[in-house]
Amino acid sequence: MNVAQHIPAARRVDYEVIRELVEPGSRILDVGCGDGALMTMLQEWHGVRASGIELSQKGVNDAVARGLSVVQGDADTDLDAYPDNAFDYVILSQTLQATRDPKRVLENLLRIGERSIVSFPNFGYWRLRLQLLVHGQMPRTGLLPDPWWSTSNIHFCTIRDFVALCDDMDVDLLRSIALNTSGQRIPLNAPWWFWNLFGEQAVFLLHR
Amino acid sequence: MTQTATDGTSDGSAGTLEERRHGEVDRPSSALAKFQNDPLPLDAGIALPTWQIAYQTYGTLNDTRSNAVLLCHALTGDQHAANRHPVTGRPGWWDNLVGPGRPVDTDVFFVICANVLGGCSGTTGPASIDPTTGHPYGLTMPVVTVADMVRAQHRLIERLGIERLFAVVGGSMGGMQVLEWGATYGKKVFAALPIATGTRHSSQNIAFHEVGRQAVMADPDWRGGRYLDEGTKPKKGLSVARMAAHITYVSEAALHRKFGRALQDREVVTYGFDADFQIESYLRHQGSTFVDRFDANSYLYLTRAMDYFDLAAEHDGLVANAFRGSETRWCVVSFTSDWLFPTTESRRIVHALNAAGADVSFVEIETDKGHDAFLLEEPEFHRAVRGFLTGAARAHGIAPPAPAPAPAP
Repeated sequence: MNVAQHIPAARRVDYEVIRELVEPGSRILDVGCGDGALMTMLQEWHGVRASGIELSQKGVNDAVARGLSVVQGDADTDLDAYPDNAFDYVILSQTLQATRDPKRVLENLLRIGERSIVSFPNFGYWRLRLQLLVHGQMPRTGLLPDPWWSTSNIHFCTIRDFVALCDDMDVDLLRSIALNTSGQRIPLNAPWWFWNLFGEQAVFLLHR
Repeated sequence: MTQTATDGTSDGSAGTLEERRHGEVDRPSSALAKFQNDPLPLDAGIALPTWQIAYQTYGTLNDTRSNAVLLCHALTGDQHAANRHPVTGRPGWWDNLVGPGRPVDTDVFFVICANVLGGCSGTTGPASIDPTTGHPYGLTMPVVTVADMVRAQHRLIERLGIERLFAVVGGSMGGMQVLEWGATYGKKVFAALPIATGTRHSSQNIAFHEVGRQAVMADPDWRGGRYLDEGTKPKKGLSVARMAAHITYVSEAALHRKFGRALQDREVVTYGFDADFQIESYLRHQGSTFVDRFDANSYLYLTRAMDYFDLAAEHDGLVANAFRGSETRWCVVSFTSDWLFPTTESRRIVHALNAAGADVSFVEIETDKGHDAFLLEEPEFHRAVRGFLTGAARAHGIAPPAPAPAPAP
């Protein structure tokens, strides 16, 4: 789950959005936390009590060496052990598309957290569509830099796909935020098709 | 695993060693807490009316008594974690982890390490003199458990005037004690670091221990456990027990890297049963040096304590129950090549702590050194311990360990 590590923290525009969504002093679980950069920021910004799960041993060791509470584990297999509503927020930042069973992971997030925050790259983004249309090859962008044969991303979806799944799972979308390439928000009054075309990534605050 | 100066000593000097070892049993050179007619209740259903616990300390207890770290030793360890051993003269078994500027930094922490109940290095055990008979307990000593060891340590901590420990740290059987501390005295433990351990002894682990015990008891010099009274010593049996156990502490890869099929001081095999292979010679050495520093009955009792350990059984069949409401900060550590307490066992601990909603970190260290890795120079392991204790110390409002020295160029 070290997808997030490939992208420099400066590029992680979703962090700023997540910052807004998290209430100060809350208890959070960051699934796929990398070296704990987001956890550290949330601790500094909001004084949260942060825990993390990370697949890569290096990520875990770096995080623990920084004094963070991080468990070496896999979103696909290690979320089952957590009790219901153990956290105020469970965060899955840029990791959903790398899980083997995204729906089951989502079920666990919604069960473990009062609320869940999910961010992911939108595969319906116009540049990706255009690359596929013009070049006929799997698209690559700054957010998705790896070629198909080495990427950890195995379950891409579009914003529309994700919203449909949430609908299917009876999940409330408390907040939906789409960001363009420069990290700017797409206006709230824009229709879904617009978001799906111009959002490079999306951040959702979920509740069930 | 390094060869020691005791190798090849004459019988005369070995006797001196033996005298020193015997002296340490009842009158240890370590600090000693005596409990006269101050019974220690045991899981076996009886109490030890008079007992003692020997311990070493390093560093200074701060004014608020909030910087105490308890180290729990493994099966054949003792309280001499970071000082020269009074019998063998060797450095402390955790010298690389504990000391000034080390991850368990004695410049900022007050570190305590006590010999376990049932041990043979100053704390009451089967080699100790039973005050009611004036003879060594031998097999009349009640069987002790990991929980009994921890109960004894708790009494020591109380006597030292420490309300709450900053951290409890231990590997293998020491890790079991850490788990027991967290489960039974969780409110008195701010941070817990169980290493290369499990919530229970597996069937395979019990099997290996049974081989060791049978080897000791099959030695005619064991004399039904009364060898101290009868002036004998079950050297062969204890040595074989140690040889078998030692194999479980290392990985196949590490053994092969170190010895392969290399022959010992010879060009060709002898077509006999001498120690042709280096690995045979090495194991024999491990066995013979072990009997110089350990009591055979103590080995029976301590292996039994590990076999009996089952945290789930103590808590209605669910390990998570043991940690319910735990406010302790946990850091579980395993090693990839440890087949005695494999990572799956550590993961079981982590899942139970998660289920209990506890604050937990879990680090798996990549190494081919096997179970013994927790005693060896493992930079990633030491980095994790330093990092965890640093975060915990900050949260506890005490001075953290010194930053890690820059790696050698």
